[in-house]
Amino acid sequence: MGFFLETLFGGLMAGMLYSLIALGFVLIFKASGVFNFAQGAMVLFAALAMARFSEWFPALMGFDSKVLANVLAFVAAMAVMIAVAWAIERLALSRLVNQEGITLLMATLGITYFLDGFGQTLFGSDIYKIDVGLPKDPIFLLESVFDGGVLISKEDLYAAVIAAALVIVLSLFFQYTSTGRALRAVADDHQAAQSIGIPLNRIWVIVWSVAGFVALVAGVIWGSKLGVQFSLSLVALKALPVVILGGLTSVPGAIIGGLIIGVGEKLSEVYIGQHIGGGIEIWFGYVLVLFVLLVRPQGLFGEKIIDRV
Amino acid sequence: MAERRIGDVILEARNISLSFGGVKALTDISFDVREHEIRAIIGPNGAGKSSMLNCINGVYTPQQGTITFRGQTFSHMNSRQVAEMGVARTFQNLALFKGMSVLDNIMTGRNLRMKTNLFQQAIRFGAAEREESEHRRFVERIIDFLEIQAWRKTPVGRLPYGLQKRVDLGRALAMEPQVLLLDEPMAGMNVEEKQDMCRFVLDVNDEFGTTIVLIEHDMGVVMDISDRVVVLDYGKKIGDGTPEEVRANPDVINAYLGTSH
Repeated sequence: MGFFLETLFGGLMAGMLYSLIALGFVLIFKASGVFNFAQGAMVLFAALAMARFSEWFPALMGFDSKVLANVLAFVAAMAVMIAVAWAIERLALSRLVNQEGITLLMATLGITYFLDGFGQTLFGSDIYKIDVGLPKDPIFLLESVFDGGVLISKEDLYAAVIAAALVIVLSLFFQYTSTGRALRAVADDHQAAQSIGIPLNRIWVIVWSVAGFVALVAGVIWGSKLGVQFSLSLVALKALPVVILGGLTSVPGAIIGGLIIGVGEKLSEVYIGQHIGGGIEIWFGYVLVLFVLLVRPQGLFGEKIIDRV
Repeated sequence: MAERRIGDVILEARNISLSFGGVKALTDISFDVREHEIRAIIGPNGAGKSSMLNCINGVYTPQQGTITFRGQTFSHMNSRQVAEMGVARTFQNLALFKGMSVLDNIMTGRNLRMKTNLFQQAIRFGAAEREESEHRRFVERIIDFLEIQAWRKTPVGRLPYGLQKRVDLGRALAMEPQVLLLDEPMAGMNVEEKQDMCRFVLDVNDEFGTTIVLIEHDMGVVMDISDRVVVLDYGKKIGDGTPEEVRANPDVINAYLGTSH
């Protein structure tokens, strides 16, 4: 039982981290109807900026406070992500108003390659470290109940809490502010949004900046776990089944999808994997999504697609 | 109720020509709209009515001609700028925000009037909250006016067509426009829905003094409610005047009924 709980918690926390990346996809899709292939590249780009700035600033300005370095680097990396959002709007999206979704998708593919390359040109392509002081030591829970207790990684726990807080704030923002409403309006219909005076370009910069912020947080958390290197952009692939499972338009869906896949992965690996040779974790999410798509093509929480005939 | 006063010219289109490649959608169209009047643009299918509206609204840029609004002359309009100047529109093929509730859809119409910034809204305290509830009060009045109270929280995608048209009108009204452009507000409606819509259009004009430019396919409806009518056919203007004058115009009769050969 103790072992089961340990696996379950591990899965939940891993799931929360997938959700964090999935959230970036959902935000942009909700607000501009674009499936943003570049989310992974944005995570890498943000993490690279964060890692290098936290090295450069102390060296350049001659201080050695770790906290200050991290805070400055985070702010600067955010500024960089806003600049990226602005550039994407200016150079790509503003020219593609009222175009088909597929055109916009192709544009984000282009942005992916550009950001991958540009990030590594600017910041270097070695393996870098982000150290924001997330504690590495595990904690033990319920020691009195089970023999040896349940081991939980503190780092994962903190990350999960941060992710959860971010999700709550963003869903409230979308649902209850007038900017949130304008974002949803733009997602539904560009032309109508323009006719009531919603400035498309400003809205897009806001959305991509918010997605950039989410990418930065995800990049910092994943980066401090795995180190910052090119493969970081591949964590986005892990988030794909999460978004599809949860529904592309649902913020809570991204969370619950993440949790389901995180838990499913870990439990299936531990309990089924040993019977069929292991390695299930890697493909479990994709197969699960395949079955969900058969039953609910809009995902678990997506808006039902109603077609009037 | 006080007699409705028709004022000076508020909007004027002069020598508008628009073509898409080799297709001439509009050829040298001029007409004016006076303040507080209901001005209709009619014509058979493909006559260029919607194109004309889209030129005024800034969706299309005409190759020639100018549009004067409140004394300012433009060679092309820009959707957002037009909205800021107080021109609202509805769409022929409904362009509502389908996933959003009726209330939210109409609230988006208040967007331009909201002054608080993103950070104030994020905290949602003080100014932002006051602003939100003020606008909400205004929107509730529109909802009452259009008699759609019962569907306030329903996602518009689920409403029947006639009601969606009303929501579209509501969103435009939420902008408190001086000029309201209606693109075939009665298209695809049954008789009862058409009567309701006519009543709303007349009430808007009456109560708020909103100038209305209305495109319609259905001659009968237009003749009853409009003050003056422009008739287009194959992108050319073939008639302009009061409903009686237009009805008596031989070119108009030909366009609608066909010429006898």
